[in-house]
Amino acid sequence: MTNTTRRHYNYLFLLPAGVIFFIFFLFPALSSFFFSLTRWTLTDWTFIGLDNFKMFFSEDSLSIGFKNTFIYAFLTTAFKVVFGLALGIYLTSAIRTRDFLRAIIFFPNLVSTIAIGITFNSLMHPSRGVINQFLATIGITGPDWLGNVHLALLSVIGVDVWKGVGVATVIFIAGISAIPEQYYEALSIDGGNSFDKFKHITLPLVRPAMNSVIILALIGGLRLFDLVWSMTKGGPGFTTDLLSSIIYKQYGSGFYGLSTAGNVILFLVVSAIAFPVYRFLNSREVDL
Amino acid sequence: MKKKMSMLLLLAVTLLIPVSLFAAGQQESDGASAGMSDKPVVLTLLIDKTSQIDGFEAIAKAFEEKTGIVTELEFQPGSIEGENVIKTRLATGEMTDLLYFNSGSLLRSLNPERNFVDLSAESYMERIADSYKQTVTVNNKIFGVPVDAAMVGGIFYNKRVYKELGLEIPMTWDAFMDNCQVIKDAGKTAFIGSFKDDWTAQLILLADYYYVQQQVPDFAEKFTKNEAKYATTPAALEAFKKYKEIVEKGFMNSDFLATTYDEAQARLASGEGVHYDMGSWVLDGLSVNYPDQINDIGFFAQPDNKPGLNGTTVWIPNSVYLNKNGENVKAAKEWAEFFVSPEGIDVWMSAFPPKGPFVVKGVEFPDNILPAVKDIIKYFDEDRTAPALEFLTPVKAPNSPAICVEVGSGMTEPLKAAEKYDRDTEKQAKQLNLPGW
Repeated sequence: MTNTTRRHYNYLFLLPAGVIFFIFFLFPALSSFFFSLTRWTLTDWTFIGLDNFKMFFSEDSLSIGFKNTFIYAFLTTAFKVVFGLALGIYLTSAIRTRDFLRAIIFFPNLVSTIAIGITFNSLMHPSRGVINQFLATIGITGPDWLGNVHLALLSVIGVDVWKGVGVATVIFIAGISAIPEQYYEALSIDGGNSFDKFKHITLPLVRPAMNSVIILALIGGLRLFDLVWSMTKGGPGFTTDLLSSIIYKQYGSGFYGLSTAGNVILFLVVSAIAFPVYRFLNSREVDL
Repeated sequence: MKKKMSMLLLLAVTLLIPVSLFAAGQQESDGASAGMSDKPVVLTLLIDKTSQIDGFEAIAKAFEEKTGIVTELEFQPGSIEGENVIKTRLATGEMTDLLYFNSGSLLRSLNPERNFVDLSAESYMERIADSYKQTVTVNNKIFGVPVDAAMVGGIFYNKRVYKELGLEIPMTWDAFMDNCQVIKDAGKTAFIGSFKDDWTAQLILLADYYYVQQQVPDFAEKFTKNEAKYATTPAALEAFKKYKEIVEKGFMNSDFLATTYDEAQARLASGEGVHYDMGSWVLDGLSVNYPDQINDIGFFAQPDNKPGLNGTTVWIPNSVYLNKNGENVKAAKEWAEFFVSPEGIDVWMSAFPPKGPFVVKGVEFPDNILPAVKDIIKYFDEDRTAPALEFLTPVKAPNSPAICVEVGSGMTEPLKAAEKYDRDTEKQAKQLNLPGW
């Protein structure tokens, strides 16, 4: 068999996946760039240049949307890293109920996000919600978790962290388990305590895992939609609007070109943040 | 050379896939049409899951008994999600034979000329009021048949509490605020807010349109042409100020941002809350869920401080539209004819007590009419009504619910909210390609 035919033969195996990728991912993605430049009614379109982008940037709630999206992405990432790491270390130590606790921590991931949103909606009801009823029994008047303008976004962030920390923990557990036992032994022989172990061995060597968590949480946070929609629909007013919920509302009102332009902007924003962060994090990884 | 080969192969495969899909689709539809002859005709009707299901079920049953044509109900989730479902199904050709949807400005967004059957030539159109027909007419073609009675927006109140506290129906906004103060001092909720369902927050703004229409008769026309604005028309700005007064005086239930439409009905029925600014569609829920308290509920128009003016804003009935590209257009036309016939309307009223005057001529009301409906009909009899803005212009701010929640909870000032509302309408006008924007 000659070299060339073998290469063709190889390509054939790539073809089915390639075709599916083209039809379902590449083509819609590329055509969205085109439709973002049009006034589109799903059946016909008029080319209007960059008007959609101009209109999107003059959207009243856009500045709230950008601010909330960044707050959301960075806070959820930070909490997931901190709690995920703490739980990861705890659940790799020699405790009896380890497997059970791992399952418990991971459990929220098995439930659909929308279901979680609806459930927390009722748990966080200011007068009838379980959370405030519990607080009332210990003498605290709970706030309106989702109605208070200053608190609503933080409430959604709290639920997101509760739900997402399981995945972070699992990644950290994998990272920590991969650290060879000898390093810890060596440190013990040199007289290091548990904090030294954490600071000088676990923390530097769990870096790859941490980077994965950061990147996943950051991208997830920047383009989050389902949780905030099922909990607050961007409200009260526009206080918990994220970029994605603004885009969805525009889509729902039938402004297909405008919302597609919004998605192109969201794509650019996510890439503009995720790629530099990724490169920065990778440049600081240490080899085992 | 190599490159060319693989490119060709790729091209061939991409071309083949749609062909095979097409073939598969063809087979399917062949099968369906072959089975048609011996099976009964089945019409599909897409409705909002929160609306008058009982009425449509009663119609479906009566229509099947009469003609043997089965009507199957399909449900969409309502509000923004529901509109997405409808628009997507229309665009992909998957729409049901019959569609229940708003009349007025929202109809325009569905591209009726392309999607719906023109009913202008039907004989029953003569029996239908012009005020309704206008709202479903695009380019001189009539596209819908009316569902249920005309409805009003205004204050539904608990008569029992009014009697207990010795209150009278307020004719001015200040008198209304005084009543609210008395109710608040009596330890009850004066004004029920249910902003968790954000659309309910719009009612103060929408129900106030009677006063705009009376003071600035050409507002709607100028609004469509980008010449009149909420922020710069004092009569129109008034509604936003009403929001501010209510929230500042603390007349709403403290959990108004967490309260839903359903909970608000419970509070109004029990008398825990006394006023609820809503449309008469609320009577459906109240009469089904609180049959023992429904006779305590009355209605009066949302008042204003303009001397001598007091009236209510009317919602023209929603419509059923016939899918032009459906398989059963003929049966669907029969269905529509039955639906607006005296017989059909009797069937409808057996499932739902009427909530106001019908737009079909010659409808006789039953005797057991609700007290609130008696209050409502008075406004029609005295001609103190104006259609809601959404029936006079295709321009409506898509973010209207959120803007009303903001001003209604004190997050923004009335003027800011009105300006925001005006800016928000621009998107809608541009999408519809209206002149002047």
